Amino acid sequence: MICLPEPDAAIIERRSGIVRALRGLVAPASVIDDDVRLAAYETDAMTAYRRRPLAVVLPESTAEVAAILKFADREGVKIVPRGAGTSLSGGAIPAEDAIVVGLGKFNRILDIDYANRCVVAQSGVTNLGLSHAVAAEGFYYAPDPSSQIACTIGGNVAENSGGVHCLKYGLTTNNVLGLELVTPQGEVVRLGGKHLDSGHYDLLGLTVGSEGLIGVVTEVTVRILKRPQTARALLIGFDEVETAGACVAAIIGAGIIPAGMEMMDKPAIHAAEAFVNVGYPLDVEALLIVELDGPAVEVDYLIERVRAIAAENSARGIRVSTSERERLAFWAGRKSAFPAVGRLSPDYYCMDGTIPRRELPRVLRAMSQMQQRYGLRVANVFHAGDGNLHPLILYDANVPGELERAEEFGFEILKLSVDVGGVLTGEHGVGLEKRDLMTYQFDATDLEVQHRVKHAFDPEVRFNPGKVYPTLRRCAEQGREHVHAGAERFAHLPRF
Amino acid sequence: MSEDADTARLVPRDAADVAAIVAGAVRPLEAVGSGSKRQIGRPVDAQLLDLGALSGIVAYEPEELVLTASAATPLEHVERALEAHAQRLAFEPPDFGPLLGRERGQTIGGVLAANLAGSRRVTAGAARDHFLGFRAVTGRGEPFKAGGKVVKNVTGYDLPKLLAGSWGTLAVMTEVTIRVAPAPELDRTLVVAAGSIGECLALLGGALRSSHDVSAAGVDPRRGALLRLEGFAASVDARTRALCNELRCTPQEALEGGASRDCWHALASGAALAASPVVWRISVPPTDALQVLERLDTDRYLVDWGGGLVLAGFDLVDAQRVRAALTTGHATLLKAPAAARAATPVFQPQAPAVAAVAARVRSAFDPRGILNPGRMD
Repeated sequence: MICLPEPDAAIIERRSGIVRALRGLVAPASVIDDDVRLAAYETDAMTAYRRRPLAVVLPESTAEVAAILKFADREGVKIVPRGAGTSLSGGAIPAEDAIVVGLGKFNRILDIDYANRCVVAQSGVTNLGLSHAVAAEGFYYAPDPSSQIACTIGGNVAENSGGVHCLKYGLTTNNVLGLELVTPQGEVVRLGGKHLDSGHYDLLGLTVGSEGLIGVVTEVTVRILKRPQTARALLIGFDEVETAGACVAAIIGAGIIPAGMEMMDKPAIHAAEAFVNVGYPLDVEALLIVELDGPAVEVDYLIERVRAIAAENSARGIRVSTSERERLAFWAGRKSAFPAVGRLSPDYYCMDGTIPRRELPRVLRAMSQMQQRYGLRVANVFHAGDGNLHPLILYDANVPGELERAEEFGFEILKLSVDVGGVLTGEHGVGLEKRDLMTYQFDATDLEVQHRVKHAFDPEVRFNPGKVYPTLRRCAEQGREHVHAGAERFAHLPRF
Repeated sequence: MSEDADTARLVPRDAADVAAIVAGAVRPLEAVGSGSKRQIGRPVDAQLLDLGALSGIVAYEPEELVLTASAATPLEHVERALEAHAQRLAFEPPDFGPLLGRERGQTIGGVLAANLAGSRRVTAGAARDHFLGFRAVTGRGEPFKAGGKVVKNVTGYDLPKLLAGSWGTLAVMTEVTIRVAPAPELDRTLVVAAGSIGECLALLGGALRSSHDVSAAGVDPRRGALLRLEGFAASVDARTRALCNELRCTPQEALEGGASRDCWHALASGAALAASPVVWRISVPPTDALQVLERLDTDRYLVDWGGGLVLAGFDLVDAQRVRAALTTGHATLLKAPAAARAATPVFQPQAPAVAAVAARVRSAFDPRGILNPGRMD
């Protein structure tokens, strides 16, 4: 059970005055304070927890954001920045004494600069919107979180989002060149730009992945890449998870960095195949999808190399895509793994630890023992190339105690990830979800240093309260209100 | 720990010693690995903290693409270990030793503290992009860690980014973890004598906008445009043909293997400018390069990062004129006599609001201002 910080009653009492003041700073219709419309902002994609915010404000310009933040600074009001609200870790869950600053109206692409291979966009532009804007010239924006049709580039910056292609193309942080950030004091600062490296402290690099704790990002400059000429994939089955892991290590050991390398365990394979019927083998313990992209001659060459490596590692039933349709079919099961698992069970809880890949067999074995202990099933999908594990714990929130058991199960998996040399989160962020586990990965001094960095930006700790770092504050009554079986938010988004 | 009588150089044996020294320090400290970069940045009046004993690779797992080393491990040791497993540092750090009139040689911690990246910066990222985690000591003498030892991690603030390029002013690093990459089967550089600098720069832009995976693109005015293609041999061959077709160019020369590597190392390290007493390292949007070069009006220059980086040599510092040549970006005074570096902001002055945040960040790590004070001012 995750505690949300207790709201400041004095701020809540001043709510109508605060709303009035906000309506003086932006178009009055851009301030939301009625219960019906506020309900849409109560949670993000971590729907087990929700809170009604004090108010939601939807500014249209950086000047308006600055005015709102200056007002909030003067009045000591907390701020929760929000993009599309697709965070899986509760990064955008509001607080009752906080103003949500929604960037939904920051939806314009400001500059497409092919000569310098970059795009300048407002922070509310969607991830996929960036790629669409430059597709005609054969370019794209590389990081591809699974929610890319909905999630915003500003949210990607906050979370340092990854995706299936990040082993080869990097995370958000490796693809962002510049930012416009409004500080908690309402000052507008520009970090980076169309040039590389700043020459001073890398405040740009610090801001990426800061989970909305140090300011509001209003504009982002990203680098764009030429779309690879070709992409082909292999589908490889294994009788044992160990040999699948050995195959992954051998591919990387051969100097090959695939565009994507995904593994599924038996429960995930069965769930996916039942859901999309793409011909996944059902008699294997692990399935590997390896995608190679680049010039056709290179892809053809590497496909054969990977095929040979797989054969040396006791692979079974190696299939190579011969058409774009077949490649997409290989991916279809993997990309629908979350909803597919969702059909097996009323609810599932997705974890996100990263482990050194060599520890995979040990971690999977431990997880299967945990299943017995917690009385809950787990299916595993795994970004095999970079060791980012997504165990999906199946539970039923209508059964009293199951959600708590699922959370405890998940926390035990994350602690194990740390024990074997890994980390709590590879791409979903700490948010609310993993906040209380931070003391497991970091000691008191590590966390104190991070707090001090936060204070350098936000000395009153008003930005995104209750997220990322454990606080000593007393816990309020639990704000959990679960949405169940199909009624979840963003059910239409693929998740991988 | 020991104290060298002649120079009052503090020599910690390990990370615990570093913490004790910093905690007890009453004078400012200048942390050095091999000392190769002491001539860069504003001169610091401080006692030397010699980290030389913190050397050695702690863990290297080629198949995990991760290497952990003590901060003052010579870069050469790291590179040799990687080479034995056909791997390398994708950011290919330059060595400014020869440019600064020194021997070659630097430490992995120094490379990260200066965020040095060579020619592949434009496609593979800088040192910061491959810096996964560290152990360090704050200016209060507290040992702490940040980041992790796996390639994908978003747990907590990305402090490795912040320490990369902080020139030892935030914390003293004692151990670092970096991401490593496979070395290519074939490394090939096409040398195209393209004529004017404008034509050369146009070639770089065209090459980097193509889909032929050009990994680096620069100009050495003595040779012409340099375009690098790396990877599996069959792929490099096919891409060489396709690229030359697309750019309608005929390379005068193709350098391969060690010759290709040496060519880029020389370019990134600015060795050709060693005779110039003053060298500026200028980072701009690639399309600004031509105008910047015209305004700088020097024939002693090198271009890298597809036009995004200009190294320019002069006899005098003349910071005002150099910085006025930039519309945006930054100009760093990479090489100049100590007196000039004391009198000129070595790093591009920041906007006041940014400088204020940076000062607060510095004081969060080092409230007493004891680590390399003034180095970046």
